[in-house]
Amino acid sequence: MRHIISILMENESGALSRVAGLFSARGYNIESLTVAPTEDASLSRMTLVTRGNEDIIEQITKQLNKLIDVVKLIDLADSAHIERELMMIKIKTTEHTRHEVRSMANIFRGRILDVTPTSYVVEMTGPSEKLDAFVAAIDSDTIIEVARSGPTGISRGEKGLRL
Amino acid sequence: MELSGAQIVVQSLKDEGVEYIFGYPGGAVLHLYDAIFQQDDVKHILVRHEQGATHAADGYARATGKPGVVLVTSGPGATNAVTGIATAYMDSIPMVVISGQVPSPVIGSDAFQEVDMIGISRPCVKHNFLVKDVTQLAETIKKAFYVATTGRPGPVVVDVPKDMTDPRIKVPYKYPKNVVMRSYNPSISGHKGQIKKAVELLLTAHKPIIYSGGGVVLGEASKELTEFTQTLGYPITNTLMGLGAYPATDKQFIGMLGMHGTYEANMAMHESDVIIAIGARFDDRVTGKLDQFCPYATVIHIDVDPASISKTVKVDIPIVGEVKPVLEQMLELIKDSKKKPDKKALEAWWNQIEQWRSVKCLEFDRGSRLIKPQYVIEQLYEVTKGDAYVTSDVGQHQMWAAQYYHFDKPRRWINSGGLGTMGFGLPAAIGVKLAFPDADVACVTGEASIQMCIQELSTALQYKTPVKIINLNNRYMGMVRQWQEFSYESRYSHSYLDTLPEFVKLAEAYGHVGMRIDKPEEVRSALEEAFALKDRTVFLDIITDRTENVYPMIEAGKGHHDMKLRVALGTSTDRELA
Ligand SMILES: Cc1cc2nc3c(=O)[nH]c(=O)nc-3n(C[C@H](O)[C@H](O)[C@H](O)COP(=O)(O)OP(=O)(O)OC[C@H]3O[C@@H](n4cnc5c(N)ncnc54)[C@H](O)[C@@H]3O)c2cc1C
Ligand SMILES: Cc1ncc(C[n+]2csc(CCOP(=O)(O)OP(=O)(O)O)c2C)c(N)n1
Ligand SMILES: [Mg+2]
Repeated sequence: MRHIISILMENESGALSRVAGLFSARGYNIESLTVAPTEDASLSRMTLVTRGNEDIIEQITKQLNKLIDVVKLIDLADSAHIERELMMIKIKTTEHTRHEVRSMANIFRGRILDVTPTSYVVEMTGPSEKLDAFVAAIDSDTIIEVARSGPTGISRGEKGLRL
Repeated sequence: MELSGAQIVVQSLKDEGVEYIFGYPGGAVLHLYDAIFQQDDVKHILVRHEQGATHAADGYARATGKPGVVLVTSGPGATNAVTGIATAYMDSIPMVVISGQVPSPVIGSDAFQEVDMIGISRPCVKHNFLVKDVTQLAETIKKAFYVATTGRPGPVVVDVPKDMTDPRIKVPYKYPKNVVMRSYNPSISGHKGQIKKAVELLLTAHKPIIYSGGGVVLGEASKELTEFTQTLGYPITNTLMGLGAYPATDKQFIGMLGMHGTYEANMAMHESDVIIAIGARFDDRVTGKLDQFCPYATVIHIDVDPASISKTVKVDIPIVGEVKPVLEQMLELIKDSKKKPDKKALEAWWNQIEQWRSVKCLEFDRGSRLIKPQYVIEQLYEVTKGDAYVTSDVGQHQMWAAQYYHFDKPRRWINSGGLGTMGFGLPAAIGVKLAFPDADVACVTGEASIQMCIQELSTALQYKTPVKIINLNNRYMGMVRQWQEFSYESRYSHSYLDTLPEFVKLAEAYGHVGMRIDKPEEVRSALEEAFALKDRTVFLDIITDRTENVYPMIEAGKGHHDMKLRVALGTSTDRELA
């Protein structure tokens, strides 16, 4: 099953490599990983998407907790949560296709960030599947490049991942 | 007090109560060595190879329970230390390794003797620190000791760039009494509800077994384990790392379990209905084939590291905490409980175990005209009255030492279990001897293993650490040869050394006493003579039966009930070996 693990960790230079190293050393897979400092500059928040059966996920969370730099973590998949990913996609356009790309972006609630005579950059956020769907809806020959952030997430309700 | 970084390191070690640092100098640590030169409180032991420094510090730590401390230079000094760091990591040994690093401004430029020690050591340390600010140095060292010695212990590396120890830069020094780390809070006492559930289950068991390991030694809980076991009257088995935590000469002890464990211990595990694992981690050398492991048992597991629980074997009642307080609470509950262990069931269980015991799985040929390695260990046990510190290397000799030296006290049996590092024994013995100068220290080794850190004979002379080296010389990498005999139709591919040094001369060249023993009747007197030479390191080169194998054995992919026993007594010497 797919799990989204949110980790609060010390904002230290080596912390990211400890997490990445743990996954490769123990053969766990990482589907995506995003990290940035939080409102408290001494802490970073990492969101990691991984897959595995219950036993593997249990080991992953235990091993992550064991890392000295990890302060706290939760598996978002354990409860109601919201997840969002940001994508920027650069699409080749011609006079004829421009309109179609624009209306497709509108349907998906994307925004056009950059326009040149031959290209658009579309920005879109949403659950990863929505972004997948948009990419699938665009003629693949016209896609110049795609930059995705990987999903990040937050739980619903009052409780939160904090110190 | 204003000190330079170099002085801060030395003063911090002193304030931490460190007796010995094991190390080797080099460019990146010259400031540090200069600070060491100018004081006498922390004694520096100069080894002959950085691997030796880590194993010596490790032996010191295993024997005393205090953290071992290592100092190495950057680059090759640091990489040479990695094997010893990994060895300590796998067996959860507290150790602080200070490695020199190139000056901060040139880090990352492939400077002379630069390696990314933080990156290289990361997978085999509990934690590591790169010092970036000299004002943080003392606190970082305090944190290193705190992390290394608490919770599940382990090695911690502190990588110190040369400019952090610059003698011209002085900063205020204060060694913190304690440190708090918000991200590190090892749990201690265990969950009360779980403890209660475990006791209830234990008291209803019909075929219980206590399976205890290195965690009891590390957690200084052997007194509690002994009382717990004797109050219940249940059989107890130890892992290789747990030997000595429960007295081996007690009747409730049924020997080591696992690949080379006793028949009775493995059969009892297989047939048991309740297992309580105490500070043991269900290593694959212990469990054998996982899907055949203890098919009838409900499992209780006490471990301070949650990640050890249900890692390989699914546990029914996990208890996260230190063994000592958890066992104390369990004992109290057992004593207060109206329910008592089922006498009748227990009697039947013990009868069954005695039957397995009567197989005498550790018997060996006593009439041989060749020296049997098992006999040597038996004699070592007698000559030292079972009270020596025994270190070992890795191989058959290690297993025989574990099987035939009956350890009654914890911290007496000092070996590399998790990593299985050849070369560990001699430097470890030096570390032990420094900690306990009046104790008998023996290093049981093999002619292949001893050559991996033989240069430390020189260290032993310099620091007058008279250890006795028991070289069970079978002219084979016996353990490898045994696997080749069993699994590769005796194709002994590269499991022997075509040329061996004359160990007696070698020992003498290093300034020690060498003895060669090739007759069974000489073994006893040679051992007595060696141990009587109180102030000399003695190298006993004992020429043993090269065909001998370690039994019993659970071969790869087999279960506990499927052991290979010695076929018939007296046959092994008749086998032709290529
Ligand atoms: C050639 C060779 C053959 C071997 N054959 C065997 C064999 O036949 N049988 C065998 O048993 N081993 C054998 N080993 C050793 C094996 O590889 C493992 O090292 C060993 O089984 C692990 O022992 P352990 O389970 O006690 O764990 P350890 O490695 O000692 O780990 C200790 C456990 O206790 C926990 N712990 C630490 N401190 C505390 C505390 N204070 N409170 C609570 N928990 C704590 C730790 O988290 C850890 O889970 C062999 C090794 C070699 C090299
Ligand atoms: C550093 C290292 N390299 C290789 C091995 C694999 N290995 C395990 S036992 C062994 C042979 C040890 O031979 P010896 O020291 O003579 O002991 P014996 O088994 O003969 O008693 C080898 C090569 C190891 N454990 N450690
Ligand atoms: Mg040998």
